[in-house]
Amino acid sequence: MINFLILPILIPFLTGILLIFFAKNVSLSRWIAGISSFITIIVSALLVQKVRVDGIQTLDVSNWQAPFGITLVSDMLSALLVLTTSIILFTCVIYSFKTISKEQERFYYYSAMNFLAVGVIGAFTTGDIFNLFVFFEVLLMSSYVLLVHGGSKIQLRESLKYILVNVISSALFVITVAYLYSVVGTLNMAHISVRLSEIGESGIVTVIAVLFLIVFGLKGAIFPLYFWMPGSYYAPPAPILALFGALLTKVGVYSIMRTYTLFFLNDKDFTHQLLGILAIITVIVGVIGAIAYSNIKKIVIYNIIVAVGVILFGVAVMTPESLTGSVSYLIHDMIIKAALFLLIGIIIAITGTSDLRKISGLIKRYPGLGWTFFIAALALAGIPPLSGFIGKLLIVQEGFKEEHYWGAGIVLMSSLLVLFSIMKIFINGFWGTPQAYKDEEAVPVRKLLVAPVILVIISVLYGAGSEFVLPYISQAAETLSNPSIYIEAVLKE
Amino acid sequence: MEIVMAFVIGILFMSATYLMLSKSLLRIIVGTGLLSHGAHLLILTMGGLKRGTVPLLDEKASAYTDPIPQALILTAIVISFGVTAFFLVLAYRSYQELGTDNMERLRGTEGND
Repeated sequence: MINFLILPILIPFLTGILLIFFAKNVSLSRWIAGISSFITIIVSALLVQKVRVDGIQTLDVSNWQAPFGITLVSDMLSALLVLTTSIILFTCVIYSFKTISKEQERFYYYSAMNFLAVGVIGAFTTGDIFNLFVFFEVLLMSSYVLLVHGGSKIQLRESLKYILVNVISSALFVITVAYLYSVVGTLNMAHISVRLSEIGESGIVTVIAVLFLIVFGLKGAIFPLYFWMPGSYYAPPAPILALFGALLTKVGVYSIMRTYTLFFLNDKDFTHQLLGILAIITVIVGVIGAIAYSNIKKIVIYNIIVAVGVILFGVAVMTPESLTGSVSYLIHDMIIKAALFLLIGIIIAITGTSDLRKISGLIKRYPGLGWTFFIAALALAGIPPLSGFIGKLLIVQEGFKEEHYWGAGIVLMSSLLVLFSIMKIFINGFWGTPQAYKDEEAVPVRKLLVAPVILVIISVLYGAGSEFVLPYISQAAETLSNPSIYIEAVLKE
Repeated sequence: MEIVMAFVIGILFMSATYLMLSKSLLRIIVGTGLLSHGAHLLILTMGGLKRGTVPLLDEKASAYTDPIPQALILTAIVISFGVTAFFLVLAYRSYQELGTDNMERLRGTEGND
C-alpha cells in the first residue's frame, strides 16, 4: 500500500474524533482508546519493516508532486520514532485507566491524548517545513488541553505560562519559515536542502539556522531556553507528565536533528559548534538540577534536560557513528523516561507526596515496584546490558575521536551523576524504615505496574538485543549523515 | 514598499514585546495577538510584494503573484485564532479560580526545595 505511512497519523486522528462522541461512556471510550493505540503500534511496526525492506517511503498528498504539494516522508528515523510514540501512547492510555478519575475521563481526556499523538506522529512524518509547524500546533493545542485537564490551581497557573512561551515560539517559527522561504522559495524539506546547498555559505542562512535552534530549542528545552519546563511539567498528573516528558521535548530534538543534518551543512564551524556548546551546557545544567532537588518529579524532569543535551551533542559531532548513537539514545530515552514518570506516578499515588524526605522503605512493601524502578534507573544511566549503553558509548567514543574532549568528558561524567541523582530516589525512597501512608490501600499497585513494566521490558530487550536493533538504527543514521538519500527519495530525481 | 512594511512589522513586534512584559494577563494576550499579526505580515513581505496578476494559467501576464505566502498566512491566522480563543478562556477561568490576573502573584514555588 502506498498510503501506508499516513495510517499512523490517521488512526489516532479518527479515534480522537470518534471518542468525542463516546466520551460520556467511560468504559467504552477506554476500550476504543486502548484498542486503537494497540493497532497503531502494529501498523507502525509494519511501517518500520517496510522502510527496512523497501527504503524511504514517501506520499505526495492529493497527488501534488513534490516539491509543490505537501509530502509525507517516512525514513527509518521517523518510522522508528513513530513506533516508539505509539508504544508510549498505548502504555500511557492503559495507565490512565486506573489513575485518572472518571469525571476527568468523561471530559474528552482520551480524545486529547489521541490528538496529541496525531501531532507528534505527524511532526515525525512530514517532509514539509510549514506542515511541521501545523503539526506542532496540533500537538501544542492538545498539550494545552491535557496540561490544564483537571483544572486544579497549579495546573491553571502553569498552563498560562506554558501557553505564553509556546505562542511566542510558534510566532518565531512562522517568522523563521518566512525568512527561509524568502531565501529558497520552497517549503519542501528535501528541496530546501538542494537549494541551500546551491546557495553555499551565506550570512542569512546562518541566521536562519540559529533561529531554528531557538524555535526548536524552546520546545526541546536546551540550555538558555529550558526555564519553562521544570515549572510546567511539575503540574499535570503522571500519565500526562509521561506523555509530555517522553514525546514533546523529543519532537523538538527530532526537528533540530532533521534541520541540522539536512539544511545547515555549509557553515558547520559556526552552527554545529554552537549546537555542541549549548548541548554541553544543557547537560551540565540538567545534572545540577537533578542533583540539587529532593523532589522526585523535579529530579526526573531535570533528567530530561540532561538527555536532550546528550542527544544533541551527538548531533553536533556529526559523524555517522555519533548520529547512530544519538538516534539510539533518543529512542532509549523516550521509552525509559515514560517508564520512570509512570513509576514515580505510582510512588506519588502511594505516598501522597513527591518530597523525597517524606518517603522511605517502599521496597519492603512493594518489591515489584522497587525492582522495576531499579532496572529503569540503571537503564537511564546506561549501565551496559541495558538500553542506554550503546547510544552513549557511540556518542562518547566519537566525541573523543573528533577531539571534542571537553564535551565527551562531560557527557561521560554526566552518566555518573545521573546515576547518583536517580539512585538518590532509590536509596532514600525504597530503603530505610517502612512507614504507613494514608491512602495507600486504595492504590491498585499491581494494575498500575503493568504499563511501566511493559516499557522496562522493551528497554531491556532494546539493550540486550542491540545486535538485532542496530541495523535499523544505522539505517536511520545513514539517511541523516547522507542527505542525498533523503533528497533522492523525495524528489525522485 | 518593503521598507514601509518592515517598519510596520517592527512597530507591531515592539508593541507586542512591551505588552507581553506587563503584569496584567489581558495585556499579555493582546500582546500575543499583535505578535502573530506581525509574523503574518512578515510572511507576506518575505514572499515578495509583487504587483502581478492572479496565478492562473489562462491569465496572460508578465508577472504573477506568489500564492504560497497567502496560503501560509491563512493557515497561521486560523491557528493563532484558535490559540487566542483558548488562551482567553483559560485566562478567564484562571481569574475565577486563582482570583487574580497579576502575573507577579502567579509565580509558584511547588517542589523547589
